[in-house]
Amino acid sequence: MSIEEFITCIENEFEDLKPCTLKPSSNFREEFEWNSIHALILIALVKIEYDVTLTASDLVKLQTVQEMYSLIRSRVKT
Amino acid sequence: MALFSIPHIRISGMAACVPRNREHNSEYHWISKKERDLFRNTVGVEVRRVISNGTTTSDLCQFAAQRLLADLAWAKEEIGLLIFVSQTRDYLIPATSGILQDKLGLPKSTITIDINQGCSGFVYGLSIISSLMNSTGIRKGLLLVGDISSLNTSYRDKSTHPLFGDAGTATAIELSEQAPKMSYNLEGDGSGYDAIIIPDGGVRNGLSKKSFDYRRYGNGIHRNNLQVALDGVRVFNFSLREVVPNLRTLLTFTDRTIDSVDYIVFHQANKLINETLRKMLKIDPSKIPYSIQKYGNTSSASVPLTMVSELGKELTSKKINLLLSAFGIGLSWGSVLLETEKIICPEVLEF
Repeated sequence: MSIEEFITCIENEFEDLKPCTLKPSSNFREEFEWNSIHALILIALVKIEYDVTLTASDLVKLQTVQEMYSLIRSRVKT
Repeated sequence: MALFSIPHIRISGMAACVPRNREHNSEYHWISKKERDLFRNTVGVEVRRVISNGTTTSDLCQFAAQRLLADLAWAKEEIGLLIFVSQTRDYLIPATSGILQDKLGLPKSTITIDINQGCSGFVYGLSIISSLMNSTGIRKGLLLVGDISSLNTSYRDKSTHPLFGDAGTATAIELSEQAPKMSYNLEGDGSGYDAIIIPDGGVRNGLSKKSFDYRRYGNGIHRNNLQVALDGVRVFNFSLREVVPNLRTLLTFTDRTIDSVDYIVFHQANKLINETLRKMLKIDPSKIPYSIQKYGNTSSASVPLTMVSELGKELTSKKINLLLSAFGIGLSWGSVLLETEKIICPEVLEF
């Protein structure tokens, strides 16, 4: 999984995100009106696509798309 | 982990009852239209049935049981056991099952038991009534399961108020030497007791003036300590972590595949949770019935309500193999693999 693929995956999931707007340095909470349901959608996406669990404290800590991508990569079972 | 099978038990009939009063989430103005629409599309709840005028869970269950007993033409004297599963009982004490015994006109010889379980309550209750009938030889029993969770939510809590609906159900259980075995996998993790909790009003934290004070816990979440607190991310992750392994273990134990099951009936927790579970299990959508859009999350009643509401025709007309999976408050979760054949199942009743 490349970060470009990860970004495409997120952009496909969230209707409010315009395609090709998200960058590795983007703070995903600031890209649209983020709320608790978006958090659940993101957790579900990451679980299905990568079999990785994101916790509430992960979501508080993670700021950018790059940080999230790195965390998921570190937890992917090989 | 508790993996076991129970032979000689047949589900003879099921009935479900919901309040007549409807609340539409399109009219939930505590949150913006955008957030309402996101909630409706993602969590899946359009309409909820909500009690009014002091109706209790036992009233809904009683109504369902009376109709079911009439349709089955069971003599009340034959019923040896009544189990009531709920977290919204009539009184702190005494137990509600005894009150239901009296209201239903059942004899003094009917054993009555209350079980305090929520989301997983139907699967747990079914295992207990089945094993007790099997060991005692009681031939006919009633399992009454339901909740009026709407009573415990704060209107100003967007995580609970638009989610929960009310319902009561009745399931008629019969000892039958010809019935195929049911197989269960029941599990729990009490360390997660506070993931869904009403903190005050019990014995640990008694009722006090402070119990009524509203506090803000986040954007759109204001409640007091007599109302249910739901840690959404924790419950979401718990469900995604535990349910799939629980089902796979049960299928291995019974030497079955998921393809051999006609329908998988999940607790109607939240459409996003259930759809994620479906994708993880790679199940065709046609095998997963939903009633959450019509009734919301009805806690312990959601599995039997979904069976009656969405599978009524199949239940009454043919033999079907079902995998029931319920999970939530406790934390508690469990599954059962069973077969039903031409049971009595009236359409969902209104009270």
